[in-house]
Amino acid sequence: MKRMRVWGIGATAVAAIGMMLFVGWWQVDGPGSPEPMGQRPMPLTEMAFSLTDHEGNAVGPEALLGNPTMAFFGFTYCPDVCPTTLSDISSWLDALGDEAALLNVIFITVDPERDTVAAMAEYVSYFHPAIRGWTGPEEQIARAAEGFRDVFERVPTDGGDYTMNHTASVFLFDAEGQFVTTIDYHEARDFALPKIRRALQQEMEETT
Amino acid sequence: MKKIVSTGALLVLFSFAGASMPALADADDIVIDGAWARASIGMNRPGAAFMTIRNTSTEPVTLIGLSTPLAMMPAIHETRTSADGVSSMTPTDEIAIAPGESVALEPGGLHAMLMQLQEPMTEGETFPLTLVFEDGGEATVEVPILGFAARGPED
Ligand SMILES: [Cu+2]
Repeated sequence: MKRMRVWGIGATAVAAIGMMLFVGWWQVDGPGSPEPMGQRPMPLTEMAFSLTDHEGNAVGPEALLGNPTMAFFGFTYCPDVCPTTLSDISSWLDALGDEAALLNVIFITVDPERDTVAAMAEYVSYFHPAIRGWTGPEEQIARAAEGFRDVFERVPTDGGDYTMNHTASVFLFDAEGQFVTTIDYHEARDFALPKIRRALQQEMEETT
Repeated sequence: MKKIVSTGALLVLFSFAGASMPALADADDIVIDGAWARASIGMNRPGAAFMTIRNTSTEPVTLIGLSTPLAMMPAIHETRTSADGVSSMTPTDEIAIAPGESVALEPGGLHAMLMQLQEPMTEGETFPLTLVFEDGGEATVEVPILGFAARGPED
């Protein structure tokens, strides 16, 4: 009899947790999510900016069309959020295996003053080889950030240096350049991977 | 910088700043677990160290500062991410740790910010980091430097 009671409580708890997860999904990521159109990143096809990748190639949003894209803004003088996010991205790419080759993965600096092409090249070399580092003139970075609805701000620090506040979400686009979703800072792999697969899936559907 | 034999063996040392200060009860009061830092590229960029600090005493303790030969300006920072996803980093003056409680310095939350590095942080090496408490007690931990893309103390 005692056992039955425990079962009952267990089933109720599972149902309650399931309900919480569903409500959470509905509000955060599902149809119930508050996504004012003005805050959504523009489709890549409507963005216009020209930057240089870490190998010196001229790049822009048009270079991303044809494959799904994962994009992240940051800066190489960032001690916490940026290396953590790039490590997370690297681990997601490792988990995707061969599928990772189908993705454009770009890290765009919000600190072009310090993040030269050479600095970006050295920095990205420590992470998954699929990650490309993009930099360029300040006004082009600003245009890119505007397209992605990524905000950033230069903040002076005690030692006379400065740091950057910036949107730390990872943006996902499908192969046609349509925005799919974001992965929030330090989101667990269990949540991140299905989102990436969704961006990849959209590509499959469009090409078949 | 000495080479480390095992990243699991973290040495915690205590010293007290003068006999007149109310010293912490004994050397086991502060336990530091899982300390780690990422390797740096050169010396221009700030580093960060992470760990868990546990107060096993019966008195509250307050962490008020850091010192290390590795960096001219070490400080405790907190990373915050706003509801719209914007991350920022601000100095934290002090961290109170209640008796029996612990505080985690971990990516996305608190970190020991290491500004003005005196030498590059090289994977496989360690550096001493001293935590300074309000009552004059100090705890020093040898922090292992892991890979550049390390994600936690186990990497
Ligand atoms: Cu910091």
